[in-house]
Amino acid sequence: MSVKVENLSYTYMIGTPFEKQALQGVNLEIKKGEFIGLIGHTGSGKSTLIQHFNGLLKPIKGKIYINDIDITEKKVKLKEIRNAVGLVFQYPEHQLFEETVYKDIAFGPGNMGLAEEQIRKRVHEALKLVGLNAGILEKSPFELSGGQKRRVAIAGVMAMKPEILVLDEPTAGLDPAGRDDILFQIKALHTKLGMTVILVSHSMEDIARLVDRIIVMHEGTVAMDNTPGQVFTEVETLEEMGLSAPQITYVVRQLRQRGLNIREDIFTIHQAKKELLALLEGMK
Amino acid sequence: MIKDITLGQYFPGTSPVHRLDPRIKIILTLLYIFALFTIKNFTGYILFAAFTTTIIYISTIPVKYVFKGLKPLLFIIILTAFVNMFMTGGVTLFTIGPLVATYEGVEIAVMMVLRLLFLIIGTSLLTFTTSPILLTDGIEKLLNPFKRIGVPAHELAMMMTIALRFIPTLLEETSKIMKAQMARGADFESGNLIKRAQGLVPLLVPLFISAFRRADELAIAMESRCYRGGDQRTRMKQLQLSKVDYKAVALFIILIAVLLSVR
Repeated sequence: MSVKVENLSYTYMIGTPFEKQALQGVNLEIKKGEFIGLIGHTGSGKSTLIQHFNGLLKPIKGKIYINDIDITEKKVKLKEIRNAVGLVFQYPEHQLFEETVYKDIAFGPGNMGLAEEQIRKRVHEALKLVGLNAGILEKSPFELSGGQKRRVAIAGVMAMKPEILVLDEPTAGLDPAGRDDILFQIKALHTKLGMTVILVSHSMEDIARLVDRIIVMHEGTVAMDNTPGQVFTEVETLEEMGLSAPQITYVVRQLRQRGLNIREDIFTIHQAKKELLALLEGMK
Repeated sequence: MIKDITLGQYFPGTSPVHRLDPRIKIILTLLYIFALFTIKNFTGYILFAAFTTTIIYISTIPVKYVFKGLKPLLFIIILTAFVNMFMTGGVTLFTIGPLVATYEGVEIAVMMVLRLLFLIIGTSLLTFTTSPILLTDGIEKLLNPFKRIGVPAHELAMMMTIALRFIPTLLEETSKIMKAQMARGADFESGNLIKRAQGLVPLLVPLFISAFRRADELAIAMESRCYRGGDQRTRMKQLQLSKVDYKAVALFIILIAVLLSVR
């Protein structure tokens, strides 16, 4: 499934003194099976943009195509679009409401009008995808730990089997182990199921080691749209926008400044290790 | 849907109406209501309408906004008109089935509707032009004399401040949860009444939980800043009367005098 955005503009509370332009003239295209990182400082329009992907917000101007269907048109069935584009909000655990974990995960598939047996299957599949075991299905979601709640909430979206998965800071407020775990599972979804994933994150390290392409938002427009290698070499531009490159990129830059002949486009610890070891080998 | 609620929403500005001392503004709003209830004929209503229009004009609040605030109460207004029209005895004007409308009824109905309209417009002007903080400050100051007979003025004002403060937060939270559930295929807009009520469960449960959590957090935050409330609390901004306040009071005295004279 592909996403195409043409000249998209959005203004909050239009026609009141609280009017605020969030997006202006956004153009972008995301192909099937891509893993996209969406970055930008707070208020740059990331969250507003992703809410357009499944029709929760209606653009003031511009068009959005999901698989070449223009979802801004009136006759489009938004429910079908929402089944195809799964959106996991920030702090998704705040939207849990059912008595049991099972019922909460089944809410989405239930709304799709699936049969009981299929719903059961999907709940179990989704639970596995987020790395939880069936033991918690009959528990109340409110007695789980923060990380478990987050996973249950993500499973609630996964159970709808979206073709495009959009996650808005899925790891905010989690401990390092929980964070790595969830990101690893998201990566696995992408590689195993070929799902198109759009990940919003403030962690440049996470972005660097996961995504194929980075879209940088700045003041409601797309400021950069390129591979991690290209985006993270423009450190100054990123810093001007209140962002940064991964820490390891700064280490590599310092090493280069001190005369070490190492490649410039290094942005994960893994790459750096490989390069440095190769250099050491050559020095012997 | 949520965007339509304007009743009780502050509309920032710097007009003379905005600059009035909140104590004076509250008293004047009460006087406005009192004046409204002294009116007995249409001449009075015309004068009153002219006066209200002038205030709206001075306040720079868009007329569209003022009328938007009327929308939620439309049903009550129509019901009032209906009841008065058919339940008043007098000379028959027309009949619909068993219902008999009278001349007197229509007259009273029109008067009642006008009265309700002005009542809502007048009071919503108060909240449109006064920030919630100033409004509760004003109420606290006005209630101060009653402390001696046991009215907990400060506590009441603090409760109101908190309640008002949380209206936008809760609205935002509602729209966030609604969106999250809509992304999971929830439908809040179609179906019959029972279906819609059932559809609200996925919205209300998380909303209540988050409201309780916020209340808890707020209480702890207040305690950790040593909030004790009530006596000996000083404030950063002292309320002070200015020229605008005296002018407004004078204007209202003239209004009431004129209204009483045309009765």
